[in-house]
Amino acid sequence: MEQSLHVENVTVTYGGFTALKQIHLELPVQTTLGLVGESGSGKSTLARVIAGLITPAEGRVMLGSEELGKRRSRQQRKMIQMVFQNPDSSLNPKHTIKQIIGEALLFHKIVDRSQVENRCRELLRMVHLDEHALNRYPHEFSGGQRQRIAIARAISVEPSILIADEPTSALDVSVQKSVLELLSKLKSELKLTMLFISHDLGVINAISDTVAVMRKGELVEVSSKEQFFTRPETDYGYELLSAVPRMPL
Amino acid sequence: MKAVDPILKVENLSLTTIDHKPLVNDVSLSVGSGESLGLVGESGSGKSLTLRSILGLLPSSIRQAGGKITANGKCAMVFQDPIGSLDPLSPIVSQLAEVVYYNQNVSRKAARTIAVDLLQMLGLPESLKHKDRYPRQLSGGQCQRVVIAMALARKPDILLCDEPTTALDVTVQKQILDTITNLQKELGFAMVFVTHNLAVASAMCGRLCVMKEGRIVEQGDTMQVVGHSKDPYTRMLIDAVLPLPSLERRAE
Repeated sequence: MEQSLHVENVTVTYGGFTALKQIHLELPVQTTLGLVGESGSGKSTLARVIAGLITPAEGRVMLGSEELGKRRSRQQRKMIQMVFQNPDSSLNPKHTIKQIIGEALLFHKIVDRSQVENRCRELLRMVHLDEHALNRYPHEFSGGQRQRIAIARAISVEPSILIADEPTSALDVSVQKSVLELLSKLKSELKLTMLFISHDLGVINAISDTVAVMRKGELVEVSSKEQFFTRPETDYGYELLSAVPRMPL
Repeated sequence: MKAVDPILKVENLSLTTIDHKPLVNDVSLSVGSGESLGLVGESGSGKSLTLRSILGLLPSSIRQAGGKITANGKCAMVFQDPIGSLDPLSPIVSQLAEVVYYNQNVSRKAARTIAVDLLQMLGLPESLKHKDRYPRQLSGGQCQRVVIAMALARKPDILLCDEPTTALDVTVQKQILDTITNLQKELGFAMVFVTHNLAVASAMCGRLCVMKEGRIVEQGDTMQVVGHSKDPYTRMLIDAVLPLPSLERRAE
């Protein structure tokens, strides 16, 4: 059942601009791949290709031996879920939390209608939110809580791969830490494979097993976390790491 | 300690909304000539409001309920969003020349020359001299340099920075921070630097004020605050800075 994800020779163009150039990448099962790079390097485009939100001009995305094509089945879509940077725009402001999570549960037929409320409660508990949250609306929560709700919705359909695109960038540092801890915990409990995108190298170091570096649409380095943060293979990786402001000791 | 004759003094500043909800409470700080002060805290701590009240740029829904601000010199400000702080309809050399013209009492033609020189000093391409460009034709980092040039065109004694590198990539952030540090050495202005990033604040500033919910919870020399913080909130902020392993020096 557990299959690793392969990105094979993927190229994406927007008009005349090449956003991704022949990307090859493997996401081994139950590991976290940290994807770093500067703005415009193609990190989010790659995430969207994997999630099936963008069809590449060339290349393909494979889950095990199955190709994830242009038209994905409901089952294929269920397998890969995504958490976005801005929880405000990924939660419908006119729906209660129960509707938001319940809709995902019913659409992917995870539980019966009669079980929806119970399952929502469980999910909220998993992301450390009170069950009173069920009948409230997104605006009644803080940014960090809203991101937890977005995470609860993503894991509600029992995906095998979770893509998190800058999930903590809009949050305060103290909240960021708790969201990262939550994601690590869920990853091991639910045996998830995670693709974690961030421009913040501190965050990548905290969560990843492997680090992939993108620059101008190309994948320039893939190294283990230990190697990347002490002996990066490329000059660019070195340049990125030396630009991070560090605390005086 | 050092600020014997402060160039900027904020005494017991209190800010409230128009319906009297307190936002900033009893904030006092001072900056000596040529000194840098970092204001750090999370969102909603009142750091940006404190900075804005120095310039008198408070939003219309916020009132100064008490306290006094004395600035013995010209202030200029650099905002967080570089593209949003430039006029999209005006090419950048013209935009900057306008600021130079009104602040430095020179002719239009001289203002343009000063503008081009200033932009070059900040590392923008020389080609601007012949071909002016619109803000959208520049990157975020380049726009932020233009904004800094504009602030410097006022020949400020105090430079106020509101998260000037938060919207930028790390490599660009480093270039901009280095630029600000070098300019400060060269021109000797004092600086108030607002950021949520404690590592950036410690790199840029000799003294730090930590703010939480509209109050200053701790202030002092940077090494003192970072190394021997007394306040639990400061400790929490320090602990929240995610550590990186140290990079091995490359054999080259």
